Amino acid sequence: MEFNAPAGENLFDKARIVGKSTPRIDGPLKTTGTAPYAYERHDVAPDAAYGWIVGSAIAKGRITSMDVEDARNAPGVIAVIAAPETKPVGTSPYNHAPLFGGREVAHYHQAIACVVAETFEQARAAAHLIRTRYDREAAEYDLAELAPQAPLADGGKALHKRGDFDAAFDAAPVKIDATYHTPDESHAMMEPHATIASWKGEELTLWTSNQMINWGKEALGQILGIAPEKIRLDSPYIGGGFGGKLFIRADAVLAALASKAAQRPVKIALQRPLIFNNTTHRPATIQRVRLGATRDGRITAVGHENWSGNITGTDGEDGTAQTPKLYAGANRMTANYTATLPLPEGNAMRAPGEAAGHLAFEVAMDELAEALAMCPVELRIKNDPGAEVPGDPSKRFSERHLTRCLKEGAERFGWSKRKAKPGQVREGRWLIGMGVAGGYRGAPIQKSAAGVRLSGDGMLIVETDMTDIGTGSYTIIAQTAAETMGLPLDRVRVELGDSRYPVSSGSGGQWGAASSTAGVYAACLVLRRAIGEKLGFDGDSADFTDGAIRANGKSFALNDAGEMSADGEMTYGDFQSDYDLGTYAGHFCEVAVDAYTGETHIRRMLSVCDAGRILNPLSARSQVIGAMVMSAGAALTEELAVDRRFGYFVNHDLAGYEVPVHADIPHQDVVFLDTLDSVISPLKAKGVGELGICGPGSAVANAVYNATGVRVREYPITLDKYLDRLPAIG
Amino acid sequence: MRAFTYQRADSPAAAAQAVAATKGAKFIAGGTNLLDLVKLEIEVPTHLVDVQDLGLDTIEETDEGGLRIGTLVSNTALSAHPRVRRDYAVLTRAIQAGASGQLRNKATTGGNLLQRTRCSYFYDTNLPCNKRQPGSGCAAINGVSRQLGVIGTSDKCIATYPGDMAVAMRLLDAVVETVKSDGMTRSIPVADFHRLWGDTPHIETVLEPGELITAVTLPRPPGGRHFYHKVRDRRSYAFALVSVAAVIQPDGTGRVAFGGVAPKPWRVEAAEALLPHGAKAVVERAFADARPTRDNSFKIPLAERTLAGVIAEARS
Amino acid sequence: MSDNEHFSVSRREVMAGGAATAAATAIPVASARAAAEQAGQVPTMPVAFEVNGKKVELNLDTRTTLLDTLREHLKLTGTKKGCDHGQCGACTVMVNGTRVNSCLSLAVMHQGDTVTTIEGLGTPDDLHPMQAAFVKHDGYQCGYCTPGQICSAVSVLEEIRQGIPSHVTEDLTGTMQPTRDEMRERMSGNICRCGAYSNISDAMSEVAEG
Repeated sequence: MEFNAPAGENLFDKARIVGKSTPRIDGPLKTTGTAPYAYERHDVAPDAAYGWIVGSAIAKGRITSMDVEDARNAPGVIAVIAAPETKPVGTSPYNHAPLFGGREVAHYHQAIACVVAETFEQARAAAHLIRTRYDREAAEYDLAELAPQAPLADGGKALHKRGDFDAAFDAAPVKIDATYHTPDESHAMMEPHATIASWKGEELTLWTSNQMINWGKEALGQILGIAPEKIRLDSPYIGGGFGGKLFIRADAVLAALASKAAQRPVKIALQRPLIFNNTTHRPATIQRVRLGATRDGRITAVGHENWSGNITGTDGEDGTAQTPKLYAGANRMTANYTATLPLPEGNAMRAPGEAAGHLAFEVAMDELAEALAMCPVELRIKNDPGAEVPGDPSKRFSERHLTRCLKEGAERFGWSKRKAKPGQVREGRWLIGMGVAGGYRGAPIQKSAAGVRLSGDGMLIVETDMTDIGTGSYTIIAQTAAETMGLPLDRVRVELGDSRYPVSSGSGGQWGAASSTAGVYAACLVLRRAIGEKLGFDGDSADFTDGAIRANGKSFALNDAGEMSADGEMTYGDFQSDYDLGTYAGHFCEVAVDAYTGETHIRRMLSVCDAGRILNPLSARSQVIGAMVMSAGAALTEELAVDRRFGYFVNHDLAGYEVPVHADIPHQDVVFLDTLDSVISPLKAKGVGELGICGPGSAVANAVYNATGVRVREYPITLDKYLDRLPAIG
Repeated sequence: MRAFTYQRADSPAAAAQAVAATKGAKFIAGGTNLLDLVKLEIEVPTHLVDVQDLGLDTIEETDEGGLRIGTLVSNTALSAHPRVRRDYAVLTRAIQAGASGQLRNKATTGGNLLQRTRCSYFYDTNLPCNKRQPGSGCAAINGVSRQLGVIGTSDKCIATYPGDMAVAMRLLDAVVETVKSDGMTRSIPVADFHRLWGDTPHIETVLEPGELITAVTLPRPPGGRHFYHKVRDRRSYAFALVSVAAVIQPDGTGRVAFGGVAPKPWRVEAAEALLPHGAKAVVERAFADARPTRDNSFKIPLAERTLAGVIAEARS
Repeated sequence: MSDNEHFSVSRREVMAGGAATAAATAIPVASARAAAEQAGQVPTMPVAFEVNGKKVELNLDTRTTLLDTLREHLKLTGTKKGCDHGQCGACTVMVNGTRVNSCLSLAVMHQGDTVTTIEGLGTPDDLHPMQAAFVKHDGYQCGYCTPGQICSAVSVLEEIRQGIPSHVTEDLTGTMQPTRDEMRERMSGNICRCGAYSNISDAMSEVAEG
């Protein structure tokens, strides 16, 4: 069905299940270790051989020789796939770096060989026997050097102007002009990329860990040069992705090639030290923000330029993404430049663009507030743009409640106790500060399909290739189906992640929750109509509750329908293009900075979110707190350190790349506003998984400034960058 | 990880003999550092001699009023020992500042002293490293060196000894006891145990091949107030940027050692004598010969500020 | 820094692989091990221990970690491999009642030991109180680090009961209390990239309070 006009009142407005905090239906499996992840499918491939991938020792150049004889002769080895002996595999529109084959090396730890052996230990040992010689090509790996020559992104189109920014900025009585640096970041999901591949004739099955099943199936067809219909992907459980598993990676490609060579199933997990350079990352950015305002705090000029790099010079990290949406200002300019930078492939990581963009723009707002001697909450409220999108007047906001988020957050957080002048609050050796940031993340929605089936014995089974990457898809899909079909939650079983099921939106861009539940709703409506036709009532107007159906004064039991099934898909009409669909948040943070050492401890975090109907407040809250944690990491500890001579990320393991640990994170508070967005879908719900990483890090940065009076514009804010500017010690 | 044979030794001397007799043999106790390195083929033992059955897992009082700690005592058990908590609190604090609960449960006293560096270039076998591959060069010196050493380093290697426990042991004047394959035993002050890199950064301690650590003894408690302040980027489960171990007496004198800055726990007795003059005096003296890189020069002011915090706390 | 010239980027030809490392460590190839390998064999050893109350006897390649023994040989895949280098905690199990990283331990080192994995704590129909608390408080998202978190959480409460101090314990000679700060510090060897920390803290507090 097509959603072609804003939703009116519907069954979700008097919901009994959707919108209620619900423990995950997959919780007992996950907490007992019985949920099967990709590498663990002894049930489907008990005889799988073990693969081990060898990564390139150079960042750029050519393999001159590869000696694999010792590896081939090593104990237990079944096959060795060597890149120089293999025609380069194809490419898909989703990836930038070559995945395998040939002698050219495009980035460090590019897969150049795969050893398959009877055991894991044998494969790993034999892989170390491969000797490779290279011609190394010199290259520039420093974004700061490349940025000045970088072209505008999107084929030269990534320059957007409205009004006359230069003149307005020049004329502004109060202004700031600051440049920020965000580093390369890694998804670092806990489950390594992993695949078991198995061929039956020309048919290939991959039990893998992938967020986007249908993209993966199409892409793998192109990469391997086979028809996508011959490929099955199955990812019922995914140990985190954050964008890192949106696309087919070397584990899937090489498991498929190796399985063909070994003539039996092959399982491969990328070894952790390989992941950081072999797969994708969030590219570093340099961002210059210029803001001009009247003395009373009305923004008149907004300029935001962003530079990043990527291996092919396309698809960098666009830090300007939120800037057209957040605050008013008649004169505007955003520009996004992408350099060709032969580091490993940059690609989507949780809130691509906005996550890095907020770290600059929302700190610039803090700097402007200080220049105006104005409360930073007030500044943001004063520049609420109303209904019209400031950077694109052809669109209006469907729903936008940022001001409410900020007001409610300030109230709850005790913002009024914040001292405007930095460095004023001291508790013993600790400098205390508070910070705020606004948050915006788009709310894209995608067509999504599902199949629903009544088993005849009172169970409803939902099947869709939607994935649950920790987001809670299983549960919100069950809630949606239970609500629509009038069943208790425990009468619904949800099957996900299999490419044999109807094609869903998949999980990415925080579209998954809103899109997939709408698809399930569509399928349920088809089923309701079919039941109505079978039993003689109008499925659309009938009331389905507690396993009973009431229509035209008659009553039926849902079980009366017997075994039935229906597929349905939700698609979206053009009317949505008149709107900007977004999610908003007010983020607050309190930190303590050690006046002696500069160590920063986060004491409190609060995010107040405006994201339409919250389908499951329990798991939605988890999405937000998790994103707040990742944002705290981006602010304080996370950085892929680039060796600019050799062109690779040096700290390529979980000891060197420091993501937050338990001790870094205090109790976190999340508040959801009771808003509904009737433009997005019949459920009036939007995603929150990326909203939570848009702004909390900026609030941390602003809190560090408020505590210390030292502004660090280069992330992560580690103590070495400001130690010399802390108060003198006696 | 290359294939290796494995045996369990039943006496310290037998263990030492077994390792001395087999080229490429190594002792294994907790295994938390060794197996990490073996998986990456940074260590390639041909034979492992497991010492877990040697019974060296007790802590005993010495006649001098100190403690003798068996080499197999786990980090957790050592840090939790009532006498250590009461009289050698800096040791409990240092151990608990390192690694994670799981690792401390497995890591042993002797093994922890032998913990190898965490330099990223040492860990990546594609890169030159004089410690891993003598003569290949040091990629760290002009590379990413924020975590690495500022003093006691050489133009062959700027790695650090990354541990925490040994910093406290150095402060406490601990002595390492060993047995060699010929059955001879010796005592090595922790002060002399780790070598500076010089031209041979692949030789990290004064132990001879096959020499087994059997115990570490602590002399009588030093009294005073004990501090271990470890500064790191995240609040736990991370290696030190700088750590400061200190015992400070009521009169303001005391002992100071630094971790995360050098090939060994860095204690300069002539510098700590300046404690009553404050952190600046101590650090200027202790780091007088420092040769930091651009990336890690912050460690010296950080050491000073950290020590200043410790001194202030001691006075409070 | 003359050393650096040895590998300056201008030196175009680079060699890398096992041989370079072997040369570095100067290990002689002539050994029983090498002979065995050339004959297409690798050293194996019998080992017997108890897992979740069941005795197991295996003949294993000496290189097999406890983690891979559980996952690949015993098919107890609840214990996860997140990094295989002791940097994440996903592989946490209890050996003789104490939590350890099973990735950094060889199976042959565990002769006669008693191992408890997540499967030994509870089942979907009969959850351990800590597992139930994780479900109630949503102390997980993707679920991959979760078994390790739960094994650690159970062990942490026990370690506090035993009076083992931690980095954040102020009074080393006093009685340990299961405070939020104590639990956060002690759980820090279990990384959760989904960021469920705040909820895990709630789950643990509920169990600690009984």
